[in-house]
Amino acid sequence: MSELVLLKNSQPGETISFEEYRRDGGYEALARVLREWSPTELRQVIIDSGLCGRGGAGFPTGRKWDGIREDAPFPRYILANGDEMEPGTFKDRFLIQTNPHTVIEGIILAGYAVSAQKGIEFIRPSYETQARVMEQAVKEARQTGYLGKNILGSGFDFDIEVHRSGGRYICGEASAQVTAIQGMRPHPDKTFHMVQHGLWGQPTIVNNVETLAFVPHIVRKGAAWFKSLSQTTREGGTKLYCVSGKVRKPGCYEAPMGTPLSEIIESHAGGMLPGCTFKACLPGGASSGFMTKEHYDIPMDFDSLKAIGNRLGTGAVIIFDQQTCLVGATLNLIAYFARESCGFCTPCREGLPYLRDLLHRIEGGEGEESFIPMLEDMTRFMTHAYCAFARGAAAPVHALLNAFPDEIDAHISRKGCPCASTRSWPVGGIGESCRN
Amino acid sequence: MTSEDRIRGLQKQIAGTDHARELAIDVLFAFQERDGYLTDDGLREAAQLLGVDPMELEEIATFYDFIYREPVGRFVIHVCDGLTCWMFGQESVTDYLCHRLEIAVGETTRDGLFTLLPTACIGHCDRAPAMLINGVAYGPLTPEKIDSILNNLRTAGSPADGETG
Repeated sequence: MSELVLLKNSQPGETISFEEYRRDGGYEALARVLREWSPTELRQVIIDSGLCGRGGAGFPTGRKWDGIREDAPFPRYILANGDEMEPGTFKDRFLIQTNPHTVIEGIILAGYAVSAQKGIEFIRPSYETQARVMEQAVKEARQTGYLGKNILGSGFDFDIEVHRSGGRYICGEASAQVTAIQGMRPHPDKTFHMVQHGLWGQPTIVNNVETLAFVPHIVRKGAAWFKSLSQTTREGGTKLYCVSGKVRKPGCYEAPMGTPLSEIIESHAGGMLPGCTFKACLPGGASSGFMTKEHYDIPMDFDSLKAIGNRLGTGAVIIFDQQTCLVGATLNLIAYFARESCGFCTPCREGLPYLRDLLHRIEGGEGEESFIPMLEDMTRFMTHAYCAFARGAAAPVHALLNAFPDEIDAHISRKGCPCASTRSWPVGGIGESCRN
Repeated sequence: MTSEDRIRGLQKQIAGTDHARELAIDVLFAFQERDGYLTDDGLREAAQLLGVDPMELEEIATFYDFIYREPVGRFVIHVCDGLTCWMFGQESVTDYLCHRLEIAVGETTRDGLFTLLPTACIGHCDRAPAMLINGVAYGPLTPEKIDSILNNLRTAGSPADGETG
């Protein structure tokens, strides 16, 4: 087993207490940085570590922080993005539930790196349990002097608030998240240049919760150590992979960045469910493309997936077996995206329901050959959407058209779904075998 | 803490901040908790508290999945229809709940206890099929488990602890 960083002492459903976290070296990184390092030094270490944003884009974290100019106005903000509404993704929930203090220490360090005054943990309503875990941990950090005025006598003031969302997919998009926090209807706004004019018009850094959680560990053990954890040369560290679907042990697993997909499925997730064989997977949540057996051994990192035209995204690996209908799966995803569309731009608002209706008719046996170029066109039109979310929504449709044309054809020629799966509950309940 | 306490607490926070609107969702949730759903009166009071027009709040109240602008039951069952839950029989979960509760999706039981709503992936894919009731996640669901959850809610009057994680 390779070295664990974020989930080292984690037990599902349990929370590492403040005392346990401290005993294992927690908040030492913060103390050391406040005592000995300048913000510039901290940013440089994070750049050297190869830490890349874990929310989906994979942008180098240290470089993002460097985007705030020295003479930028105050106050400055850190947004810890725990919206996590990408289907299949549950790593941030797992991380906050099991190890809230490493997230908090990461947010404070990010705050120090860009001389920010306030951190906001943005969290979705489905994670109310975790919002409370986070609030409790924030309170503990405040009581012990790690948050608030003059932290550890350093002169650095910083505090964290937990911000509850009302629940909508678009809130995960950085600029939409800012408008959401400002109490307005959230939609993306490309006129925001976050590092200059973000939250309340002030310099703002938006980082994913997992990204921030790595920061204290990098400080404690060094950039070279973090880089060495990875199986890639550019992207440092380990990665939280959330595995779900037709595997024996679905769950959140920490493994080196670049761990082969086959190893994640077989060693971590216990292999396929009895009676199931691997047909495809989504490697990075709902906004990535179906990946076939051809890439079963692909290293799971941003660059490797990009090289084959796919995305690591959030690292949410959803596994499909031979009986799962991928037209039905794509329909499920597009129905989700169509419902969650913020409605701001036309391609997304009108195009996604159009795709959904075509897929619905194909799945229901009313598909025609002429639908295929219509699907292709509309998928391509998503490039005209205002934000990246509609382009992400198009990814599974695009992959279905390219990698599984026979499956679409079979639906059309047989006038219905040819897959054996009914997905309904078998007699005797769920869980003992392949659920088809 | 009662919802009245929460509203008073928010009032104080609003008085002490430069950015009252940051508390808009918390305020809406507090009035929703007080009245069972976000009533027209609740919306007006929330707007007054925040110093904005009710229409400005309506714009966000109608946008979010977890703010209810229509009456709901004491327990709101959000069945996850995300991809992984779909693979593991979410349609059966929904059908079974409709059957047991004798309501259609979007409706509330006659005794005012349960409302059934579909919900975007709730992030409990490792326990598919899953659902969320008043903030507590349950899964993997079976017909037996659903019966037991519903019975517990009917008798205990609040969601069980220890299900989430």
